[in-house]
Amino acid sequence: MIAPSLAASAASTTSTGEAVQFWILAVVAVLGALGAVLMRKAVHSALSLAGTMIVLAVFYLANGAYFLGVVQIVVYTGAIMMLFLFVVMLVGVTAADSLKETIKGQRWLAGLCVLGFGILLMAGISNASLKEWNGVGRANAGGNVEGLASLIFTKYVFAFEITGALLITAAVGAMVLTHRERTERAATQRERAEQRVREGKQVTPLPAPGVYARHNAVDIPGLLPDGTASDLTVSPTLRARGQVRDVSGEALQDLKALEQRSSEWLERGRSEDADANGKGAGK
Amino acid sequence: MENLIGLLVLAPLLGAGVLLCGGRRLDRSGPWLGTLLAAVSFALGVVLFADMLGKGGEERALDVTVFQWVPVGGFRADVGFHLDQLSMTFVLLITGVGSLIHLYSVGYMAHDERKRRFFGYLNLFLAAMLLLVLADNYLLLYVGWEGVGLASYLLIGFWQHKPSAATAAKKAFLVNRVGDMGLSIAIMLLFTTFGTFAFDPVLTRATDAGEGKLTAVALMLLLAACGKSAQVPLQSWLGDAMEGPTPVSALIHAATMVTAGVYLITRSGAVFDAAPDAQTAVVTVGAVTLLFGAIVGCAKDDIKKALAGSTMSQIGYMILAAGLGPIGYVFAIMHLVTHGFFKAGLFLGAGSVMHGMNDEVDMRRYGGLRTYMPVTFVTFGLGYLAIIGFPGLSGFFSKDKIIEAAFAKGGTEGWILGGAALLGAAITAYYMTRVMLLTFFGEKRWQPDAEGEMPHPHESPRTMTVPMIVLAFGSVFAGGLFSINDTFLKWLEPVTGHEEGHSPVSALTVTAATMVVLVIGVAIAWAQYGRRPVPVTAPRGSLLTRAARRDLLQDDFNHVVLVRGGEHLTRSLVYVDHSLVDGVVNGTAASVGGLSGRMRKLQNGYARSYAVSMFGGAAVLIAATLLMRAV
Amino acid sequence: MNPVNYLYLAALLFTIGAAGVLIRRNAIVIFMCVELMLNACNLAFVTFARLHGNLDGQIIAFFTMVVAAAEVVVGLAIIVTIFRSRHSASVDDAGLLKL
Repeated sequence: MIAPSLAASAASTTSTGEAVQFWILAVVAVLGALGAVLMRKAVHSALSLAGTMIVLAVFYLANGAYFLGVVQIVVYTGAIMMLFLFVVMLVGVTAADSLKETIKGQRWLAGLCVLGFGILLMAGISNASLKEWNGVGRANAGGNVEGLASLIFTKYVFAFEITGALLITAAVGAMVLTHRERTERAATQRERAEQRVREGKQVTPLPAPGVYARHNAVDIPGLLPDGTASDLTVSPTLRARGQVRDVSGEALQDLKALEQRSSEWLERGRSEDADANGKGAGK
Repeated sequence: MENLIGLLVLAPLLGAGVLLCGGRRLDRSGPWLGTLLAAVSFALGVVLFADMLGKGGEERALDVTVFQWVPVGGFRADVGFHLDQLSMTFVLLITGVGSLIHLYSVGYMAHDERKRRFFGYLNLFLAAMLLLVLADNYLLLYVGWEGVGLASYLLIGFWQHKPSAATAAKKAFLVNRVGDMGLSIAIMLLFTTFGTFAFDPVLTRATDAGEGKLTAVALMLLLAACGKSAQVPLQSWLGDAMEGPTPVSALIHAATMVTAGVYLITRSGAVFDAAPDAQTAVVTVGAVTLLFGAIVGCAKDDIKKALAGSTMSQIGYMILAAGLGPIGYVFAIMHLVTHGFFKAGLFLGAGSVMHGMNDEVDMRRYGGLRTYMPVTFVTFGLGYLAIIGFPGLSGFFSKDKIIEAAFAKGGTEGWILGGAALLGAAITAYYMTRVMLLTFFGEKRWQPDAEGEMPHPHESPRTMTVPMIVLAFGSVFAGGLFSINDTFLKWLEPVTGHEEGHSPVSALTVTAATMVVLVIGVAIAWAQYGRRPVPVTAPRGSLLTRAARRDLLQDDFNHVVLVRGGEHLTRSLVYVDHSLVDGVVNGTAASVGGLSGRMRKLQNGYARSYAVSMFGGAAVLIAATLLMRAV
Repeated sequence: MNPVNYLYLAALLFTIGAAGVLIRRNAIVIFMCVELMLNACNLAFVTFARLHGNLDGQIIAFFTMVVAAAEVVVGLAIIVTIFRSRHSASVDDAGLLKL
């Protein structure tokens, strides 16, 4: 990491190192952002976004915001994005998103708006004459964290207290929203067993996954006697995600090879018999 | 005394309320209760009359304001009563004759299931009419006026199970509406001119307003009077109104309703006096109607319709007299009172005859009833003599005065009006003699009724004959009493004023001429119906007869001109409404709906679409901000 | 190099994140794109702090992080709840309020 410019005031250009770092990492950040938007699976999106956020953390550090840079990595990338991943696991696992648009004209309109908005932002920034800047060197002179702390607990103390209240409210709100009151007694094991018998669909427990003596992973369906895979043996979630590793083809091939070998072996034995008994059955 | 005036109106109103809301409990006692309240009203009227007689001529008027009705800014409409000699005359006539008719109805309607309701309506009728004549302002008068219209509608259509009755009631109501509109316009004009409704300021300051405006007011009042009093051109409802029970006809024709127009014109005399053109219109209407009604009366075979024609004609006399101005007001009212007696008597007699003849109304199926119904015969006969103006009876005095007054109008106009009045007297003599002869004389031409039952004529019960006898007394003596020493003239003069006309012919000559035409009319009728047998079915008759049987084509005229015209107007208006108005309204609705339908598609429920909108909006805002900074 | 380039990068990342929000249907991915936008903002704030020579920008970025953490917690809880009842994390499916 290249140290940021700590020039006291009125600098007009950054160090070359920072420029290089910016141009490389900016590309990474944009790619990550595009990935977050365009990846079909939510998990991939989340990971791309995490990458972008780490890049942004570096940029914070480069801009003299040491505290924020660390917080960005620890809180954002470490906590919030992981929370996202948890929820993705919980919720968005069934299938990859279709990227096909269903609302007529939505993509056109969105594209138009985004393009216009982007151009406006860029134009606005370029319109501002920012040839010189001050740099945070003097502000960070007593340490970045100390500087922030003195501001937070003096000038922004009221806002800070309110954000505290906001966090507590959010925590309570999240609990209230996700908490599910059980309104009826849970069915006992006996009751469930009786219900299964009454419905008559699947009386016995579901068959176990894996192929005996070869695979024991949960994502590998068990094989039926004819060698085809049984869907019942793997969890529906894995099926929905398309993460089932079907080994039936391999097994069937093995079987075929085994049969061939045995028939070859039998052929040899039979021909010996035929030689002994004269003309024998062709097959 | 002032409180009694309110009670006078309240008594029948209370009766109406109790009888109409009282329910079945009152079915038996209801008729007597109604009659009692009418009599109470009459008694109060007599007390007030006695009180009035005790005062001097100019101080007799009583004014009482009951309560403020609509006090809004400068606009004031009070419920107040004004009782002067004119109102007093009407009060006594309405309550007196009204009570007698109530009494008669007790017998006449004895077998009707809905008699409680009938008496409730009768009381309502009296109350409305009393309100009309006692009001001290035009707005309250209008309330009574409309009340009379409502009550007449309810009573004419009382037998609503008969489609003809329902139609007749509707017709009476609609025709009356035309007149009512005239009255309302007149009241509005008066208010804009004088800023008040009260009689006193309006009538004393009448001459302040321009003649043109007064003529307009007077013509509108005349229209109103035509509607209520069944004068040409709004007379068509009166004949059909015979569909109501006979006491109703008596009440409408003698004591209430049709007299309202005469009252209105007399009461508003100051307005008419200041508008000579309108007076000409009034006398024209009166003269035309008196001949019109008389001619119709000659042709009708239905006894009640013949009497209805006669009423039209007699009211025509009154309107004519009222149109003559101060020469005639007193005689108009005098004739109104005497007419009230003998016309009520005639109608009650007709009802009695129908009562005895299984509700048969065709006079050609009567005949020779004088021996079977002696009381009816005598009372009806006295009423007959009174109406044709037999010397010494009521009609003689009052009608003679009107004919004199008509001549006294002076000039060509006087000759024409006088001639018309004389001619009317002749025709009256003719058709009334015809009614008399067909009904009570000649051979029996009785026919079985719809159920094949021959009628068994019999005298009516006491409750019916007593009122007839009382009214017969009135028919005989009222005119004489009024004329001795000009009692009636002196009584009414402080209110209406009076002046002697300058008749080109002497009063004696007029009387003699009246007698001559009377004899001629009776003689012709005798020649036609007394000496020759009368066919049971009416002969085809001349063109005039046939026209007269159809009310001189009044209904046909109305149908062609008003109904068809109205239909065409309505259709074109409907077309305009459909194409233009609805087009605009529906077009607006459709365009809004269509637009909304398209806008609705923006609200597709997809959060992402909304997000695009928000994002686009944000972009626009940023662009606007940047632009503003650039500028 | 001028640190303004950081701002350009922030703008680009923000725009990419916005595009993700508008295009993706999976609520979790949308959420991640929102996070991307927030991070882009943070980068801009940190850069502003450097350009201005004081730490206020960093403070704002710090608060943004706190608020984002709270937002993520509640948002993910909502997504989990919705998924439980509807078995779908697609934002297009949560359209019950539509006409």
